[in-house]
Amino acid sequence: MLHLILFLIFGAICVAGAVNLIAQTHPINSALSLVVVMGSLAAEYLLLGAEFVAAVQVIVYAGAIMVLFVFVIMLLNAGEEEHTKGSRVALLIGIPGMLIGGALIGWVLLERSGTRPVEVGSLPGPPRIIGWLLFHDFLLPFEVTSILVLIAIMGAVVLAARPESAPTAKKEG
Amino acid sequence: MVPLSYYLLLGGILFACGVIGFLIKRNIITIFMSIELMLNGVNLSFVAFAAQWHALSGQVFVFFVMVVAAAEAAVGLAIIIAVYRTRETLNVDHVNLLKL
Amino acid sequence: MSIRIFILVSVVKIVIALVVLLTAVAYTVWLERKVVGHIQNRWGPTRVGPFGLMQPLADGVKFLFKEDITPPHVHKLLYTVAPMLAVVFALTSIAVIPIGNFITLRGVQIPLQITDVNIGLLVVLGITSLGVYGVALAGWSSNSKYSLLGGLRASAQMVSYEIALGLSLVGVLIMAGSFSLRDIVDAQSGHFWGFIPRWNIFQGQIVAFFIYLTAAYAETNRIPFDLPEAETELVAGYHTEYSSMKFAMFFMAEYANMITVACLATILFLGGWHGPLFGPAWLQALLPIGWFLLRVFGFLFVYIWVRGTLPRFRYDQLMAFGWKFLLPLAIANLVITALVVALIA
Repeated sequence: MLHLILFLIFGAICVAGAVNLIAQTHPINSALSLVVVMGSLAAEYLLLGAEFVAAVQVIVYAGAIMVLFVFVIMLLNAGEEEHTKGSRVALLIGIPGMLIGGALIGWVLLERSGTRPVEVGSLPGPPRIIGWLLFHDFLLPFEVTSILVLIAIMGAVVLAARPESAPTAKKEG
Repeated sequence: MVPLSYYLLLGGILFACGVIGFLIKRNIITIFMSIELMLNGVNLSFVAFAAQWHALSGQVFVFFVMVVAAAEAAVGLAIIIAVYRTRETLNVDHVNLLKL
Repeated sequence: MSIRIFILVSVVKIVIALVVLLTAVAYTVWLERKVVGHIQNRWGPTRVGPFGLMQPLADGVKFLFKEDITPPHVHKLLYTVAPMLAVVFALTSIAVIPIGNFITLRGVQIPLQITDVNIGLLVVLGITSLGVYGVALAGWSSNSKYSLLGGLRASAQMVSYEIALGLSLVGVLIMAGSFSLRDIVDAQSGHFWGFIPRWNIFQGQIVAFFIYLTAAYAETNRIPFDLPEAETELVAGYHTEYSSMKFAMFFMAEYANMITVACLATILFLGGWHGPLFGPAWLQALLPIGWFLLRVFGFLFVYIWVRGTLPRFRYDQLMAFGWKFLLPLAIANLVITALVVALIA
C-alpha cells in the first residue's frame, strides 16, 4: 500500500516536471524541471531496489550533465522562445499526434504485460555484484564505452575552442 | 504491490513528453533536454524489467545508456556553442541556410 | 524495534543533529575569527562575552535586523530559492554520517547515525554534486556581471575538483569493500604491532588523504582556492547582490560544508571513532563520540590554519592544478591501491 502511494507521488512529480519542461518558454525553467524529473526518477529507482543506479543517476545525470546544460544556458544568455510559422504548425500537428501515439502505446502496455506485481526493493545484491557483472560479462562494452567517452571529450574540446587568431601571434613573436 | 505495467506506463509517458518537446520546441537547448528526457524514460523501463525478471544485466545496461547520454550531451552542447558563435541565434528555425 | 519507537528515535536524532550542526557552524565562525586573528598577531573578537564567545549570537541578531534588498530585474524565483538550495544540501549530508557506536537505552539499541544506507558514501557525493546548483543559480539570477562571472567560476571549480575528490575515495572503498560509512569505520578497528592504529591513513592511503584534503578545500571554496569569492577579485563573487538572511544562508552553507568534509575525512581516513576506551561503562559509551569530535576539531583547525597562512591561486593555475596534476595523481593512487590489494589477497 505504501509502495503504491510512494510510486504515485513520485510518478506525479515526474510527469509534472516533464509537462513543465514542454510548457515553459525560458530554457532555464525547462532545465530546472528536468532536474526535478531526474530526482524523482532516482526515488523511483530506490523503490525498485536499484540503489546504486539511483545514486549514479543523482551524481551523474542531475549533478553533472544538468549542470552542464545550466552552464551553457547561462553562458549563451538564452532568452525566451519566439513563435515562428514552423512552431505553430508543429504545435497543431505534433501534440495531438503524439498524444494519440502515446495512448496507443499505453493501451498496448496495459493489455499485454499483465498485472504481475513488482515488490519493493526486489533487485538482489549489493553494488559488488554489479561491479562483477561489469568487469566479467560486460567487459567489452565497458572498454568500448570508455573509448567513446575519450572521443567525446576530444570532440567537445575541439568544437568549443575559440578559433585561433594566427596573424596576431606572429606579430608578437 | 505495484504492477509492472505502471512503471512501464510512467516510462512511456516520459518518452512521449520527450518526443512532444522535441517536435514543438524551437530553442536548440530545450530540444536537447527533450532527448535526455526520452533517455530517462527508457532507463526506467530497463530497471523495471530488471526488477521483474531478477536479471541484473538491466541495471548494468542503464550505466551504458547514462554514459552515452553524457557523451552525447557534451558533444551536442559544444556544437551548440559553435553554432551560436557563427549564427548568433539559438532558434532552429533561423538556422536554415547553408550560407552564413 | 517497533515502528513507533523507530520514528520517535529518528525524529529525536534529527532534531539533535540539526541543533548541534547549526551551533557548530556558528562556533566555527568564532573559531575562525579567533585563530586567524592570532595568526595575524591580533586578538579577534574579545568584547562580547568571555573570549568573545557570544559573538555568533550578536552576529545572528545583526543578520536578522539588516535590510533585505532585492535588486531590480533579478529572476525573482531563482534569486530567493538559490540560497535555500545551498543551505538545504549542505545540511542534508549529515544524515548518513555516523558519529559513534551504538548506544543502548532501556533495551533499545540506537545507532548514532540518522540512517545507515548501504550506499552512504555515494549519497554524500551526490549531495555535494547537487550543491553546485545553489552557487550557479545565485550567480546567474542576480543580474550582475560580477555575480555571473563569480558564479560560473565557482561552479566550474567545484565540478572539476569533484572528480579528484571521488577518485581519491575509491582507494578507501577498495580497502573497506563497502559503500556504507559504518562498515568503512569498522574496517579500521584494531592495531598493527600493538600500538599503531589501523587507520586508513597508515594503511597506505596517505596520498589519497592529501588529494582529498586539497580537493575538499576547492569544493568548499576556501583559501587557497577561494578566488570566486575573494573581495579583491570579484567584489564578492556569486553572493554580491545578497544581503541579510539570504547572505547568512550562504555563509552557513559554506561552514556546514566544511564540517561535513571534516566529518567525512575522519570517517574515511582517520579511523572514525576508534580510540582507547577506559573508565566506567557510561564513559565507555560516550568516549567514541569524544574521539570523533576531537578529530573533526583537528581537521577544522587545519582548515582555518591554512586559510590564515597561504595566498590564493589564480584561476587558470587553479584549473590546471585540478585537471593536470590532481586527477592523474588520484588515478595513479587508485591503480596502485588496486594492484596491491589484488596481489596481497
